[in-house]
Parts: sequence; C-alpha cells; structure tokens
Amino acid sequence: MEHLAILPIVVPLFAGALLALIDDRHHTLKLAINIAATVVLFAISLWLLADVHEGVARTTTYNLGNWPVPYGIVLVVDPLSAVMVALTSILALGAVLFSAARWHRAGQHFNSLFQLLLMGLSGAFLTGDLFNLFVFFEVLLAASYGLALHASGRSRVKASLHYIAVNLASSSLFLIGATAIYGVAGTLNMADLAVRIPQLSPSDLTLFQTGAAVLGVAFLVKAGMWPLGMWLPATYSAAAPPVAAMFAILSKLGVYVILRLSALFFDESGTSANFGDLVLQYGGIATIVFGTVGVLASQGVARIACFSVLVSSGTTLAVIGYGDAGATAGALYYLVSSTLALACLFLLIELMERGRSAGDDVLAITLEAYGDDEDLMHEQEVGVATPGAFATLGAAFICCAILIAGMPPLSGFLGKFAIISAMLDLGAEGGVPAGAWALIGVLIVSGLAATVALMRHGINTFWVSLDGVLPAIRSVEAAAIVLLLGLGILMTVFAQPVMAYMSMAADTVYARGEYLATVLSNASLGGQP
Amino acid sequence: MELVIALSIGILTASGVWLILRSRTFQVIIGLSLISYAVNLFIFSMGRLRSNAAPIYDEGTDISTLADPIPQSLVLTAIVIGFAMTALFLVVLLANRGLTGTDHVDGQER
Repeated sequence: MEHLAILPIVVPLFAGALLALIDDRHHTLKLAINIAATVVLFAISLWLLADVHEGVARTTTYNLGNWPVPYGIVLVVDPLSAVMVALTSILALGAVLFSAARWHRAGQHFNSLFQLLLMGLSGAFLTGDLFNLFVFFEVLLAASYGLALHASGRSRVKASLHYIAVNLASSSLFLIGATAIYGVAGTLNMADLAVRIPQLSPSDLTLFQTGAAVLGVAFLVKAGMWPLGMWLPATYSAAAPPVAAMFAILSKLGVYVILRLSALFFDESGTSANFGDLVLQYGGIATIVFGTVGVLASQGVARIACFSVLVSSGTTLAVIGYGDAGATAGALYYLVSSTLALACLFLLIELMERGRSAGDDVLAITLEAYGDDEDLMHEQEVGVATPGAFATLGAAFICCAILIAGMPPLSGFLGKFAIISAMLDLGAEGGVPAGAWALIGVLIVSGLAATVALMRHGINTFWVSLDGVLPAIRSVEAAAIVLLLGLGILMTVFAQPVMAYMSMAADTVYARGEYLATVLSNASLGGQP
Repeated sequence: MELVIALSIGILTASGVWLILRSRTFQVIIGLSLISYAVNLFIFSMGRLRSNAAPIYDEGTDISTLADPIPQSLVLTAIVIGFAMTALFLVVLLANRGLTGTDHVDGQER
C-alpha cells in the first residue's frame, strides 16, 4: 500500500484533533478512541515492519503532495525508522492501557495530547528533511510539555518549568544549526545534503561542521548526554507514570537522530569522516558514569529509573560513536530492550508505591545505615504467605531489574553481550582501542550498580511486614506490564531473528547507498498528483 | 547592512543568554524571547542579505534578482512555533508562581 508511510502521522493527528473536540466529561468515550487509535497505530507499525523485513526494497519513500525530491517534503521508511515507530507504538499501547485504570482522568486533554505526542514521534522517526524534523520535534515537545504537567501539583509544575526552559533553549540551537547548514549547502533534505557535503569548499566545510555541531548539541540535550542531561531525572521522576513510560523513548529519539545524521553526513569515505565521534565516545562514557553514580545515590525507585534512562542513552551514544555496524546493531537491540524495561519500571513503580507512605524509601535507607530495629519482630512473621498480587508484582520487578541491569538470561544481557563482543572485534587488526576498554568497563560496572540499587529497593519494598494497605492492581494495569515485559522476554527467546533484523538495520544505515538512491531517484507516486 | 545585522544578532543573543541564567522566571522568559528574535534574524540572514529583491518568481524573471524564499518560509514557521511556546511557558510560569508563592525558578528563595 503506497500511502502506508504517512499513516503513522495522519492517524494520531486526526485522533488527537477529534479527541480535543470531545468534552472531558465523556472520558470513557475519549479513552476508547485513544485506545482504538493506538491499536491502529500499532497495527500500522507492524505492517511497516513486515514490509521492510520481507519487501524487495528495504527503503521506501513517500513524497508528500507528490512534489519531487528535494523540493518537496519526503518521508523515508527504512529498517531503522520502522523499528523505532514500532517501539513507539508498543510503548504507547502499554502506557495507554495503564492510564485506562485512572490516570487518564487526572487532568484535561490527556488523550489528545497523548495522540499528538505519538504523531510527533512517528513524524520525527520517518521524516527525511531537517526542517520537518524540527517541526515534528516541536509537535512532540509541545505535547510532552502538556503531558509533563498532567495531573498538576507543585513538583510537576516546577520540573516542567525547567524542562520547558531547557527545551526552548535547545530548540533555538536546533534552528541555528539547521539554518546554518542550509546557508552553506542550500538544501534541507538529508539525502541531498549527504550528496552535497563532499562538494563543499574547505571554508564552507568549516561552517557546515559548526552548524552540525550546534545541531548535535540540540539532540544531545534530548538524549541527556552528560553534562546536558541534568534536567532529565527531575522531569521524568515528576511526570505521571504513563507519561514517564512514554518519555522513555523521547531520549532515544535524540540517539536515533544522532545515528541517522552522523551515518548520512559523516560517512567513512567523505571529507568529514568520524566528525564528532570522540565527543560521542567519551561523552557517552561520562553519561554512563554519571548515571551509575546517580543510580547508586538515589533514595527513591523513580530516581533510579531516571538515572537508568541516562545509562541507557549513554551506552547507545558511546557505541554509535564507534561507527561500527556490528556494534550499532548490538546497541539497537539493547536500546529496544532497555526502553521497554524502563517504561515498564516507570509503570511498576507507581503500583509498588501505592499503599506506602511517601517517606518510606528514605526511611528504609536511613534504617539500613543506622541499624534496623525490625530484626526483633521477625519471629512473629514466620508462616505468613505473601499475597498473590504482591508476589506477581515482585516477579515483574525482578524481570525489569534483570532487563535493566543486563544480567543473564534476559535480553538486556544479550544486548550488552553483543555490544561488548563487537567492541572486542574492533581490535582485530591492531589491539582494542583504550576508549573501547573503558566503555566495556563502565558497561559492566553500570550493570552491577543497577543490580545493587534495584535489589536494595526490591528488598525494602517486597520483604517487609505487610502492615500497610495492599496495592490494588487493576487488570488493565497488569495487562500493560505483561505486554511490555512479555516483549522483553520474547526478544530473548527470538534473539536470533531480532538480532538479524538489527544487523540489517545498522548495515542499511551505514551503507547509506540505498537510502540516497531511493530518496534521490525522484520517483513520484503513480497516479495524478 | 551585514555589520548591523550581525551586531544585532550578537547583542540579542548575549542579552538573552545572560537573562536565562538569572534566577527570576520573568527574566528567563524575556531571555528566551530575545534568543528567539536573534534566531529568527539569523535564519533570515542565512538566505543572504539583499535589498529590493522579491522572493516571488514571475514568468521570465531572472532568478539571480530574486531573494531566497526558503529562509523566509522557515522564519515564518519558527516565529509561529516560538510564539506558541513562549505563551505556553508564560502559563507554566504563572502556575508556578501561584503554587509556590515565589517567582524564583526553583520555587524557593535561596
């Protein structure tokens, strides 16, 4: 179907517009529309994925309004963008199911903002044009500002204030970078830019690289690279749980754009090969270190999840910095698995904290440090069975922790293993570079830190005397968690085909010949414009 | 003309950056507005500065006498988006002032 590529943008756009028109009193109807639109988006993204996987041509384009490239706007579906759209729609399905229990009623226009966020995300993953990337970024940011404020409250407003200020400033950088590139190269189409960059004169090339560096800073702010990611833990931990679960992919969008643009603009044969690679390699390692320290220092599980988001972005950024297709394939596998696990953890945290008072985490850690009085009471508790719901919650938490920490046997381990094995392969000719050793080291240490921190909180939450109110879990909430965790487990079982797909995606991105040829072949769609 | 434009972009940006590093929310929003003005001027200047040149193509016109229309459409988009975002930020700023009782960016006086 030739119009398939535009559907991930059009469906959420119309659903969001329709939802904005319906009064908030009809919240069941709005929720039903939201879930239906998300399911449709999920189906479309699976269709895209299947087309890319089985089709003859892996890369397809869609010219909006049938204007010829590079004058018109073009959407590009290739293995990488298809998998990112699919990941978005899966997270959206989990988040919207979870919100069905109660969160969708906590404030106004949750449903329409949610759909507009999906529209911005799909658009940003599919667009083949720098300025439309900016427009879709702004669409998703505007929706994310509204969602970060969802359910209001002092801490959310305060965190959103910082979040909006940081993102407005980084949007200015985005514009400066994109237009500086236009001023030098005279085009905004990514494929056209990739062709024109080698033809630039040396003085223009300097200007172009300056523009690209400014643009890169804007994406690194989104990805949360140290020291640009200080806003991230506060915003993500303050956001409502289904929103935080969706935000888990926002930082990955920054990573995606960095990967896409650096593969297109700075390929190995070009005049500016390896531009910015060192920044990504060492910045990524610094982000992992910062995230690891944050994970160990956090007193609440929500903060641990936020710093784990930083660790996950840092890992993917550092690996992308090596520009090696094998390592990037591992990083993509790790990215999908860790995003699913982090989104699931954000949802689990809310269930775990129900029925606990706000200061419990801090209190538990203080007790650990100053001696625990609970030892005296242990004898009375022998024989009390853990309630089923609570045990299930505990099992889900353990799965999440294993996925995030990258321990065997789940997919987090396989992702890290693929990265480390590709890093060691880098040294096939003349020894593994020192930076790669450093990356392998911090990767392993960050896994250990996540294990220690998450297990400590697991013990404090699940192995305590159950005198509080037991958390009541609705079936939709359980379904959301089962969906996200189940996918993480499926990725482990079907590791071979998934990994093969990721290798194909990474190869297609770095080979870039197919992308350029397909976009620039100027093929208009059949039929009348 | 180039010097005047370059100086105004520089001064606007410098003032904006200084203001967004201040501690009052009102100073931050004015700083962000100044930066967005500077960015808009910058986008405009990326199509090369020319006076008396229209961006409209008419049958038979020599293209070299025309201004580049793309930065003009880009700047239009950027103005609209920047304006909407500033309005949104203003609402959050007021909500923050109402909830915390102070206009400090951290919601509490140091």
